[in-house]
Amino acid sequence: MNLRKYLKVYKKFLHTSLASELEYKANILVDLITAILSLVGSIFLLSIFFQNNGYIGGWKFEQALIIQAIYTILNGVTNTWFNPNLTEIVKHIREGTLDFVLLKPIDSQFFISLKKINPSGFLEIMLGFFLLLFCIRINQINLSLSFLSLSLITMGCSICILYSLWFFISTTTIWFVKTWNAIEVLRSFLYIGRFPLNSFSFSLRVFFSIFIPIAFITTIPSEVFLGLSQMWKILLEVIVASVFLITSRKFWLFALKFYSSASS
Amino acid sequence: MLEYRVEIALWAISGIIPFFMLNIWTNNNLNESLNISDLMLSRYFLCAFFVRQFSVVWVVFSFEEDSLMGKVSPYLIQPLNPFFRYFAQHLAEQITRFPFALIIAFFFFILNPESIWIPNLSILLLSIVSTFLSFLIQFLIQSIVACLCFWTEKASSIERLLFIPTLFLSGLLAPVVSFPAYVKSWIYLTPFPYLIDFPANLLSGNKTNISGGLSMQILWIFLLFPLFKKIWSEGTKKYTAMGS
Repeated sequence: MNLRKYLKVYKKFLHTSLASELEYKANILVDLITAILSLVGSIFLLSIFFQNNGYIGGWKFEQALIIQAIYTILNGVTNTWFNPNLTEIVKHIREGTLDFVLLKPIDSQFFISLKKINPSGFLEIMLGFFLLLFCIRINQINLSLSFLSLSLITMGCSICILYSLWFFISTTTIWFVKTWNAIEVLRSFLYIGRFPLNSFSFSLRVFFSIFIPIAFITTIPSEVFLGLSQMWKILLEVIVASVFLITSRKFWLFALKFYSSASS
Repeated sequence: MLEYRVEIALWAISGIIPFFMLNIWTNNNLNESLNISDLMLSRYFLCAFFVRQFSVVWVVFSFEEDSLMGKVSPYLIQPLNPFFRYFAQHLAEQITRFPFALIIAFFFFILNPESIWIPNLSILLLSIVSTFLSFLIQFLIQSIVACLCFWTEKASSIERLLFIPTLFLSGLLAPVVSFPAYVKSWIYLTPFPYLIDFPANLLSGNKTNISGGLSMQILWIFLLFPLFKKIWSEGTKKYTAMGS
């Protein structure tokens, strides 16, 4: 792996996709309003839940807001990188243009996972960070070096898990050709990430920590912010994230063996 | 349509958010203050799931693709408004989705056997009518948005924007009765509560104003239809046949 080459290629990716996305400036504005409204909507929903209850699943309203902030950041990351690229994979496979990607002297997973970028997701990430800063103030969290590094690690792991989930589903396109609806299912499951895991019943909690580790994605980073998380949970998240990353890579290489191009 | 059975099964699964919400509601006893029992709430969310299954609309995405690919041009020559084509597609898919929705409902009843109920025939008919009216409202709204394709090319981002209030205000995630008073004062004037909350309440046997709800639904259809007509006739004049 030649790191410098990959960095140089990535710079070119950024340049071309930003140039093409900025063609639709009005679209970016609409997407920003959508992100803001969706955050307002979910805070509204939370406020309904907390109307008559001080606690939900052991979380106070101010604490549950942290989960919203982290969800918004991760959703922004999804919209910036994962969504535009991985929907592209589906197109590549259906139209047979994956051939051209495979012929390039560059890692195919790198190419198809990072080729495109959607700048309107940045605004969502910023929105999430603002809310997070606000939460740090109202929850009176003391910032220290160890805390910052731990939260960065857990957030990084969440992003890895999220990426692997998306990539996993997109890879299955090689067999099923159409996976839009599988992506919809993933989206609706990810929606659960907006709420603390403890607010669900035991069976759902098990489901969302073992089969689809949505629990790890938002709840553990939020616990780190509140200083509630035990060390073993953080370690577990690191392990889960690396297992997911490695499996998604292996799965991609495995799936490529079954790729039989289209209409050529 | 039957070619894509797996697709449609996945579609049906992707609509299960109401059940997750039900889980939060009952698991935290949030309904105590609302005077709705666990039982009625579970029926409400099951009905919300059903209503959603049969009122999902995606015409804007189909139309955007067709208009970007230049497929709209041949449709325009035909003596039938192309939206009838999409309308028929939606209806066909709703019918195919019915068995999958029933299977999900079946599992729901196995897990919550106490929530089984049989609505009487007139209520059942009325709620089918109101679900269809809700579908019509959403179809008209999305068709209006789809017509914006004639001006902006990417109308689906406007649809995503409109989807947010639909998601939070229609009663899919929380019944409208649970909303705070400052929202309840104006929400019944908007079309949102009639999309899911009203048909779901009707079907599940919760308290609701039947004649008021139905007349509001019809009123919105009468308001939206001329708007669609107008924007359609303006838009087709603007149409420039892309990609052909």
